[in-house]
Amino acid sequence: MKTKWKFSPYLYILPAFFLLFAFRMIPIVMSFVISFFDWSIKGTGKFIGLENYAKMLSDDVFWQSLSNTFWLVIIVVPASIVFSLLFAVLLNQIKKLSGFFRTIYFLPFVTSLVAVSIVWKIIFNEQTGLANTFLGWFGIEAQKWLAEPTGIFNLILAPLGIELPGMLGGPSQALFAILIMTVWKGLGYNTIIYLAGLQNIPRVYYEAAEIDGAGKFKQFWKITLPLVSPTTFYVLIMTTITTFQAFSQVYLMTDKGGPLNTTKLIVYYIYEKGFDTLEMGYASAVALFLFVVILSLTVLQKRLEKHVNY
Amino acid sequence: MNEKLRMTLIYATLILCGLFMVVPFLWMISTSLMTQAEFNKHDSVFVPKEEYHVWDQGEQSRPVILVAREDKEAVIHLLDKDRKIVKEYVRVPTETVRKVKKVPSIHWENFRKAFQKVPFGTYFANTLYVSFLTLIGVLLTSMLAAYAFARMEFKGRDLFFYLFLSMMMVPEPVYLISSYVLLDKISWLDTYQALIIPWCVNIFTIFLFRQHFKSLPKELFESASMDGCSTFGMLWRIILPLSKSVIATATVFSIIGSWNSFMWPLVMTTRPELRVLQVGLSYFNQEASTQTTLLMAASTFSIVPILIIFFLAQKQIIASYAKAGLKD
Repeated sequence: MKTKWKFSPYLYILPAFFLLFAFRMIPIVMSFVISFFDWSIKGTGKFIGLENYAKMLSDDVFWQSLSNTFWLVIIVVPASIVFSLLFAVLLNQIKKLSGFFRTIYFLPFVTSLVAVSIVWKIIFNEQTGLANTFLGWFGIEAQKWLAEPTGIFNLILAPLGIELPGMLGGPSQALFAILIMTVWKGLGYNTIIYLAGLQNIPRVYYEAAEIDGAGKFKQFWKITLPLVSPTTFYVLIMTTITTFQAFSQVYLMTDKGGPLNTTKLIVYYIYEKGFDTLEMGYASAVALFLFVVILSLTVLQKRLEKHVNY
Repeated sequence: MNEKLRMTLIYATLILCGLFMVVPFLWMISTSLMTQAEFNKHDSVFVPKEEYHVWDQGEQSRPVILVAREDKEAVIHLLDKDRKIVKEYVRVPTETVRKVKKVPSIHWENFRKAFQKVPFGTYFANTLYVSFLTLIGVLLTSMLAAYAFARMEFKGRDLFFYLFLSMMMVPEPVYLISSYVLLDKISWLDTYQALIIPWCVNIFTIFLFRQHFKSLPKELFESASMDGCSTFGMLWRIILPLSKSVIATATVFSIIGSWNSFMWPLVMTTRPELRVLQVGLSYFNQEASTQTTLLMAASTFSIVPILIIFFLAQKQIIASYAKAGLKD
């Protein structure tokens, strides 16, 4: 298409570009700059070179937040993928009520994280919460949930008298409660994405498999799983990115990432350092570290995708 | 496997998992309608119900509070219709006092009480204001940029487009602190524009619009151009009427996004009169942490508008998210 005035295309992208430049690019560069400063409250700071980065190495709380975050990602992502694929496969086979179930599964995704965090905080209350009522129906004793700093593997193994050291003890029960809620929140979205992916698989493959006498399970392993793998990679990357950024759950459900920092996640730690203790330079360094982690995981997963895809 | 059994198993699994998804909401609503005392007693999990005593006097019976019960006599407080105590420590024969149980009682006053404690009306209005202006901004900037990217040829077009897309890769926490410093420098902290202007550009929406504009037939533009329609006129007269569904999709994403955004407004505003719903709710969560029923009422209130939108257009909303996911 011919344009009458050669500058006009730039005018069309100008508003968007200006906002992106002012409120994304500049802050991103500033983040980088601030991370080299001892930048406390407002105003300018003192240049301290790589000191903030060096501090990260010896900061125990930083490492704990990081390992908490890794636990969250390592459990939430696979759990979310397995359950959402299961739901999608089941939903794909029914005709009646399919829309109804879709709506119900999607409900947590559209509601605000703040409101549902409050609800789940009360669900996991030791005395009056629904979680313990539910366990009570099966004769399981009440758990402390959000107040329990002991790792879940250690809690399970305790009757056998086994205690695993450090990270091997697993995420604390408090973090486990947050983990359940996080899976619940994102499940519906992934289910809908999978459902769309499943509907793109041509029926003829299944018909051919049926004629060859392949059972439903074999069809799932040999047809569904390989052909839906692009969707799996999309879900994997998106869920990893969003789980790494979990913040509101910690802010609303716990007392500053407690008990004993076992629910302190990396973004909460950035928030705390930036706005509670006002170490903005250090917080920026941690934020950039998080960015590098997320970016390298995304690149890694993209690489992997090229190897696996059919 | 038997087909009938298979279907039964599928439905059973779906119902069980469906329960897991909705039970928190049902519990939220039922708790928001209970009194705090009922909730603490914890014998009514889902249905708001009450347990109280009545005193039978011949034909009539009236609600009372049982203070003590002995073999022959019981001590009660007499109540009026509004359950206010009218007479204390009355001795009556024990057999005339009986327990009435499981009468559903709905306590709407939790909502009123939550509103009295916190100006949720203001928060609600702030959220609407911010969401609406952000939406207008997003639609305008996205439409213009996407039009250029999809339909015009210019130097550096792809470079600009990839630059835009790469910005999508940067998570919000990365630029949160520096944005705070930036907004402080331009004196925007604690203002509405801090909540609106930086979010008036949405790369994903630009991407969505560009895909759609590209899919429109070329002939449409050529004939319009011959009829003397200007480049900008085409956007209004040809593209806009043909983009209703993609605009609806972008609107849904934008509204849900602004409505639920939390970390940004939490950090960028401190003045109570600027609080949006999510921030107001989080402060209420700290202040009223023991008043479970009020917290649940406030949560219910904050979710309802989005739920109404969702139920009105759930098919389209779910389809939009599915489609948008596949495009990446």
